[in-house]
Amino acid sequence: MEMKPLTRVILGLVCLLVAIWLVAPTLVVVPMSFNENKSLAFPPQGFSWQWYQNFATNPEWSTSFLNSLKVASLVAVLATVLGTLAAFGLDRMKARPANLLRMLMLTPMVVPGVVLAIGIYAVYLDAQLVGTLTGFVLAHTILALPFVLIAVSANLEVFDRRLETAAASLGAGALTTFRTVTLPLILPGILSGLLFAFATSFDEIVVSLFITNPYLKTLPVQIFSSITRDADPTVAAVGTILLCATTILIGGGMLLLGRERKGRL
Amino acid sequence: MSALDPTTPSVPQRAGWAWRPYALTLPALLLLVAVIGYPLLTIVLRSLSEPQWGPQNYVWFFGAPVNLTVLQRTFTISAWVTVVCVLCAYPYAYLMTAVGPRARLVLVLCVLIPFWVSGVVRTLSWVILLQDSGVINSLLRSAGFDGVRLIRTQTGVVIGMAQVLLPFMILPLYSVMKGIDLRLVQAARSLGARPSRAFFTVYLPLSLPGVYAGAIIVFILALGFYITPALLGGPRSTMLSTLVQTQVLSLLQWGRGGAMGVVLLVTTFVLLALAAPVMRSRHREAGRR
Repeated sequence: MEMKPLTRVILGLVCLLVAIWLVAPTLVVVPMSFNENKSLAFPPQGFSWQWYQNFATNPEWSTSFLNSLKVASLVAVLATVLGTLAAFGLDRMKARPANLLRMLMLTPMVVPGVVLAIGIYAVYLDAQLVGTLTGFVLAHTILALPFVLIAVSANLEVFDRRLETAAASLGAGALTTFRTVTLPLILPGILSGLLFAFATSFDEIVVSLFITNPYLKTLPVQIFSSITRDADPTVAAVGTILLCATTILIGGGMLLLGRERKGRL
Repeated sequence: MSALDPTTPSVPQRAGWAWRPYALTLPALLLLVAVIGYPLLTIVLRSLSEPQWGPQNYVWFFGAPVNLTVLQRTFTISAWVTVVCVLCAYPYAYLMTAVGPRARLVLVLCVLIPFWVSGVVRTLSWVILLQDSGVINSLLRSAGFDGVRLIRTQTGVVIGMAQVLLPFMILPLYSVMKGIDLRLVQAARSLGARPSRAFFTVYLPLSLPGVYAGAIIVFILALGFYITPALLGGPRSTMLSTLVQTQVLSLLQWGRGGAMGVVLLVTTFVLLALAAPVMRSRHREAGRR
């Protein structure tokens, strides 16, 4: 679409403001994490590493971090297995039951967090699952399942099933066909599902706040209680560490992908 | 794409194996019933049975002006968040379709960066930005203005929520705008329409499916928001989710909290059901080129 120069300038300015609005909150934790005083007031005073030391040495923080890693890893594996199986099942069903079941399996995405949280809390109180690893893994798995389902289904939709027929006609058994033909071709979908499931669990807060207890806290719960209790810059240090970790992971992934694509050409 | 081709021969199926796809979905379905279905049923039952059987909790909810105020506020805040998201996302998504691949990558990165840090940390950032001794107020003061009160106000909650939800508006909008045939706009121009007229009569209607899709997602997600209003809001910007939490955790009123939860749940599903046919038919229209 052609635009007058003035319209063009206004469009650019508006988008610049929106971009700043999107990005600034992510970056503001970085300067706060080096604050010398125990305060979250802006601008930060002086420079110190003490909040990073606190994160590494204070058992409250390090335990909750390890808990989150443990829960998220288990959830990633469980949700990916269940989600991939379900995606295969739905792909090979008739359209009508498949659509119905798919809608059912996507409900965890739209049910308001607090409603789900009080429901799970009620059930967990009876089943004595509050504050247990099993409880966290089960709840997070169901929340992560839709993301795996979407990622794997998208990959199955473009997968050419004649390739399986070809493998079968050449004498491969069902398992060999799956291992040597189907699995390598849908692996990108499964891997991105795995990543999404891990991130969903690592980040989950609403349900976690209800099913937590002093013996088992995940990192988001610890962050939340720290924010509501006092202005502790350790939270900013945690935020900065997470930001760096994701940047390295995503940057590395993009570099690897780019190199692979170039290699193929 | 073979999936779309009805004549594609499929793997020869052995007789009696038709149940196999259903068996594959069974583990996921079982977990779904146990961790979503059963808990939601428990909440519905408790809302009707505690302290005794009957609709008393719903009568209480719709009879108390305080609750109705919060319900109305939940809708108002969600509506404002949706409006802010549409207004900010529209030019941004359009720019994404108009620039070259390199600039587009930067714009996409700006949309995705908010997802790189955890949601709780992002809300903390908004506390740092909005508080009375925060970034925005110190900038305002150094520019010679008076500080404004942002934290624990409805404005602050809307600003924070809209930033969290903006990507959910930009991405569907972009995917629709990407598919719009710009030759239609050129055709309108060549027939004598001014640029603004060509935009409002050709481009805008074609992009509406994206606006609907994004707005519905944002509105529904906003209705159930809990963390952001809890940390950025004050007593005068309480939303329904916080009220549910107070009833259950602080007052141990499972019946009343459950009834509120059911109201929130039913509202969400009614909105989804209302939006689904509209969105589907719009999509079909947009696809028919």
